[in-house]
Amino acid sequence: MKKITLEICCGTTCYMLGTQKLLQIENIMPEEWKNCVAVSAIPCLNNCTSENICGAPFVRINGEIMSHASVESIFNRIRELLPGEGEE
Amino acid sequence: MANGAEYMRRELMIRLVRAFDDGTLEQELDQIPIKLRPKDGNSSRCCIYHDRAVLKYRLMALLGFSCEEEKDEARSLASYKQEADQRKSIEKKPVLTVCSAGCSGCPDSKFMVTENCRGCFARPCTFNCPVSAVSMIGQTSHIDQSKCIKCGKCMQVCPFHAIVKTSVPCEEACPVGAIRKNEHGRAEIDFEKCVFCGKCFAACPFSAIMEKSQILDVLNQLKKRESKVVAMIAPSAYSQFPGTIEQLFTAIKQLGFDDVMEVALGAELTTAHEAREFQEKMAAGQKLMTTSCCTAYVNLVHRHLPDFAKYVSSTPSPMKYAAELVRKESPDAITVFIGPCIAKRMEALYTDLVDYVLTFEELGAILAGRKIDIMTQEAWKLTHPADELARNYAHSCGVSDAVLADLMKDQPDFKLNSKFINGIDKKTLMQLKLFASGKIPVNFLEVMACNGGCINGPCSLTKN
Ligand code: FES
Repeated sequence: MKKITLEICCGTTCYMLGTQKLLQIENIMPEEWKNCVAVSAIPCLNNCTSENICGAPFVRINGEIMSHASVESIFNRIRELLPGEGEE
Repeated sequence: MANGAEYMRRELMIRLVRAFDDGTLEQELDQIPIKLRPKDGNSSRCCIYHDRAVLKYRLMALLGFSCEEEKDEARSLASYKQEADQRKSIEKKPVLTVCSAGCSGCPDSKFMVTENCRGCFARPCTFNCPVSAVSMIGQTSHIDQSKCIKCGKCMQVCPFHAIVKTSVPCEEACPVGAIRKNEHGRAEIDFEKCVFCGKCFAACPFSAIMEKSQILDVLNQLKKRESKVVAMIAPSAYSQFPGTIEQLFTAIKQLGFDDVMEVALGAELTTAHEAREFQEKMAAGQKLMTTSCCTAYVNLVHRHLPDFAKYVSSTPSPMKYAAELVRKESPDAITVFIGPCIAKRMEALYTDLVDYVLTFEELGAILAGRKIDIMTQEAWKLTHPADELARNYAHSCGVSDAVLADLMKDQPDFKLNSKFINGIDKKTLMQLKLFASGKIPVNFLEVMACNGGCINGPCSLTKN
């Protein structure tokens, strides 16, 4: 199976507004996910315009941008994407 | 995000920087509270109007004004901005301010019995209370507040964790009792007592204690470019931002600073000087010497234990040495120290060597406002990288390690009898008195106001 990509925006705006705390996410992820999710830190996604800034921090999961990213919201999304889960 | 208060503070800073760059700050300022809390939108306090009022005061502090000095409640933020633009230097006044509209007036600290109480047979709470303040009323335990001395014994012994302590976070955090509620029930800082450690600032869950920012002053200097502006980066920066320190320096340079230097170079001089001073003082028969680089600690001694001041090293801090290095090269340079510390703002006010102090939060906000990514920068070429021991000043024990290493250069078997105070609290004054009494065999005492050292400063981005 193709790994789920989780890209954490480390542009300065997102970093200041929360992704710094998300960089630990790999360590708190359930063991069984570690082989299915590829986590990386990436530069500014260009989403942090003045209009959008309150949506920061941003991450990208399988190419899809997620605003207000938190450990919880990221986990929920990964759960939906993992085969066999989230569709009970 | 550590918390919502931090988020709001940083978001406002970023917005301020962007509006400044667009040249629309003056028009936008008074709109920001409304924009962020529109009618029919959600509020974080009782209503959007309360939120807006607090936002206004936050912006006022960001422009460098203290809420305590507000004379005209109707004065617009635009007019504060105009005044700030005229400012030639920073006034010698306290750098903290309390937003009383934001202060929730937390109820006085007390111990309370919750419904977890099972009214057990053993009743350790009643037996362990030294002043018989706990008794059973019906099937639950009850604390007589008029007798309670807040020792917390009942809380410790309850097997059901049924007794909780409510507290006033700022009062609890302040090591010197400088913050108290005033007659209106809102927090107020006694600036005669305050040591500017920033513990109340970090502790307040309502973020009602604010810094008077110098962000606008620095942005103006960078824009005017009347003289060379030099950024001096504190040793605690190494773990704060994404990317490497060399990339961070390039990013800072892009903000318009003419030069960027490591304050750790100043720390090298502090080490050398402090080591000599230590040798001299010991040779002259003095029993104890303490470090002097932590401003909050030095303030603590001067304001609360003046007799102890003779033990504090007279060596200038790394910030001062670094600024001296800058000024030696370019005497007219405008020096901007960037660190995680509130007390350094006070130190800078009382020396001509340092013109402005920014925090890591403010630096991050300027970089974010200008969308400068650190990770994608080229590495800056440090002409003279500071040594590891000097960079390590920001960690607790870092100063002692550096001083010891210096002393061992001449005497390889030198032993320092050192102790550390890692983070000041309400017990620190007592500890210091104990050290002064000579009953503890120690000749070198390192004191850091923040637990773990400057890396955990009140305005650092990564707290461990
Ligand atoms: S910093 Fe994350 S979108 Fe720009």
